[in-house]
Amino acid sequence: MAALPFYAQLINLFAALLLLLAFAMLTQRRVLSLVNLFAAQGLALALSTAVVAWGTHQTHLYWSAGLTLLLKVALLPWLLLRLIRQLDVKWDVEGLINIPTTMLIGIVLVVFSFNLALPISQLAATVTRSTLGIAMASVMLAFLMMITRRKAIPQVIGFLAMENGLFFAATSATYGMPMVVELGIALDVLVGMLILGVFFFQIREQFDSLDLKHLEQLKESEE
Amino acid sequence: MSEILAVLALPLAGGLLLGLIGERAAAPLVNVATSLLTLLAAAALTVRVIVDGPQLALEQQFFVDSFNVFLVALTAFVGFTTSLFSRPYMRIEHEHGRLTRARLKLYHSMYQLFSFTMLLALLTNNMGILWVAMEAATLTTVLLVSLYRTPASLEAAWKYFILCGVGIAQALFGTILLYFAAEKLLGAGGGALLWTELNGVKGELEPTVLSIAFVFLLVGYGTKVGLVPLHNWLPDAHAEGPTPVSAVLSGLLLNVALYAVVRCKVLVEGSLHTTFARELMMGFGLLSVVVAALLLSRQKDIKRLFAYSSIEHMGIITFAFGIGGAVANFAALLHMTVHSLTKSAIFFAVGHATQKTGTQLMDDIRGLVVTSPAIGWGLILGTLAILGMPPFGVFASEFLLLTTAMRQQPWATPILLAALGLAFAAVFSKVQPMVFGETTAKRLPIRPAMIPVFVHLALVLLLGLWIPPYLAAWYRQAAQLIG
Repeated sequence: MAALPFYAQLINLFAALLLLLAFAMLTQRRVLSLVNLFAAQGLALALSTAVVAWGTHQTHLYWSAGLTLLLKVALLPWLLLRLIRQLDVKWDVEGLINIPTTMLIGIVLVVFSFNLALPISQLAATVTRSTLGIAMASVMLAFLMMITRRKAIPQVIGFLAMENGLFFAATSATYGMPMVVELGIALDVLVGMLILGVFFFQIREQFDSLDLKHLEQLKESEE
Repeated sequence: MSEILAVLALPLAGGLLLGLIGERAAAPLVNVATSLLTLLAAAALTVRVIVDGPQLALEQQFFVDSFNVFLVALTAFVGFTTSLFSRPYMRIEHEHGRLTRARLKLYHSMYQLFSFTMLLALLTNNMGILWVAMEAATLTTVLLVSLYRTPASLEAAWKYFILCGVGIAQALFGTILLYFAAEKLLGAGGGALLWTELNGVKGELEPTVLSIAFVFLLVGYGTKVGLVPLHNWLPDAHAEGPTPVSAVLSGLLLNVALYAVVRCKVLVEGSLHTTFARELMMGFGLLSVVVAALLLSRQKDIKRLFAYSSIEHMGIITFAFGIGGAVANFAALLHMTVHSLTKSAIFFAVGHATQKTGTQLMDDIRGLVVTSPAIGWGLILGTLAILGMPPFGVFASEFLLLTTAMRQQPWATPILLAALGLAFAAVFSKVQPMVFGETTAKRLPIRPAMIPVFVHLALVLLLGLWIPPYLAAWYRQAAQLIG
């Protein structure tokens, strides 16, 4: 088997970085550090997309990389930081998460994702196909993060990280979705973030905190 | 083609305009006018389809065929009647001090944008844009669900956002896999996500990828349909938002999400040549019917009651599409139409009833027929219609479904019948005293705007007795297309 071309090795490197950052986010309790990790993951995603574009001469992927850079490295973290400052939850620390157990579940999820991705990546003609498992794993890890978090902002960062994983899946399996769809997705993410911003203030105004334990009153009535 | 553009551009422009001027006193009228114009455009589009047949427009990015044409017309129609209902309803909410002018502006603007996203989801030929539109439909309604800013409504909206957001992310993954399979046959670029193109080559799409994709797509869009066990957001969102929002969520959004599932099912089945997709849909559908029927009897809040009834009916429709074949698909399409009309009519009546009695708790609402005969009769007739009493249209579609199920999936018939019976008992025993029970309250001085309710119920009655030939032809063609 011939050695992988240089750019493919670079892509694998970024993919590994992406997964590593997903794990780091899973275990990070501080809100501020979470935002930084999210921005770093966005950067890894943008760089890997750019390398795929360079290696395979898919010029439309440069646009996609630029869009990711703009949205996920600059705009969204900036919006999140601004929100955190305005809501004054800078020092928020998530309690009550059992990090070792979460890590173990995370590892199981990664194994599961690689198994699920195997039949698909064997069919793929792209050089990046081996990274599909990683993409799926980062989606799963972000999902796990959403489940384990009790505060609003970390849950939203989990949601956005999931979007990162999906974007990476799109690049690694198919060299990116058609441009119009990518633009639409980016627009949805941005609008969603703005709406959430408004929403956070509503929650805060009502409950004086962003702890989601206040949001567990609606249950099936049982007397 | 110009009709398609008009159907999409009108609500979009209306939404933006209302975002600017929504605080003026004329905003509700502008809202109604926009919905009316959208309805007229949809009518023109329908006439065009009747005259010229299915249409493809704008480099195949938009299309109308027999499956989506009646849904577009239905969406525009219910959108219009709901805007009629919401004018007096929201005015009273404002007078009671539950809503400020700024929030009314938000409401009107988002209402139109929500209509836009649903029409876009129905008309687009691009599976990627379909996803974008479905996600946008969630985003536009999140702030509508939390419009009252009460703790309960905030919680409902948060649940709605997170659950549907996660769900729809699964659907995006499914869409990526679909594109992945299609790109090999159709080449990279926009063409590989066009439904019409995909439908042409569905026999050659890679079956392994498509079966994994379908699981993600069904779970993803199924969350928005409210299929059990992904239904948790639905009762809360319906109960805590303003009633016009409940009416369009239940009557329209669930249909649009189900439409997305069925479009995917057509492709997957063409590729797999097995009953995998059907079995999944039958399973989810039947589970939803049974669980919803069991939960109905435990409800205390009237809007939650009818939200669970929506889950039940979505389950029935999903199950019918799962059986497949000409008759079951026909029944499912008819049921989509009549459920949408009946459920929105019920929510209009419920909205008036809760507004006049000041509570959503069923135990505190009594004797509507004395205090306000129009509301009482509207509610009881709507309830009978949704429970499948003849001669309403819901009876016709459920009867068709049950007879087909008896022949093709006999094991499911007793389960379905038991669930329908249970639902009947639960809902009727709760609604009957609300309408005919004894009350000490006096007759209310205000006359409710009940015209939309009775127009909807008349249409449902009509569909139970006689289906217009064009509509029947569309149902038949669509049933054949769905397979």
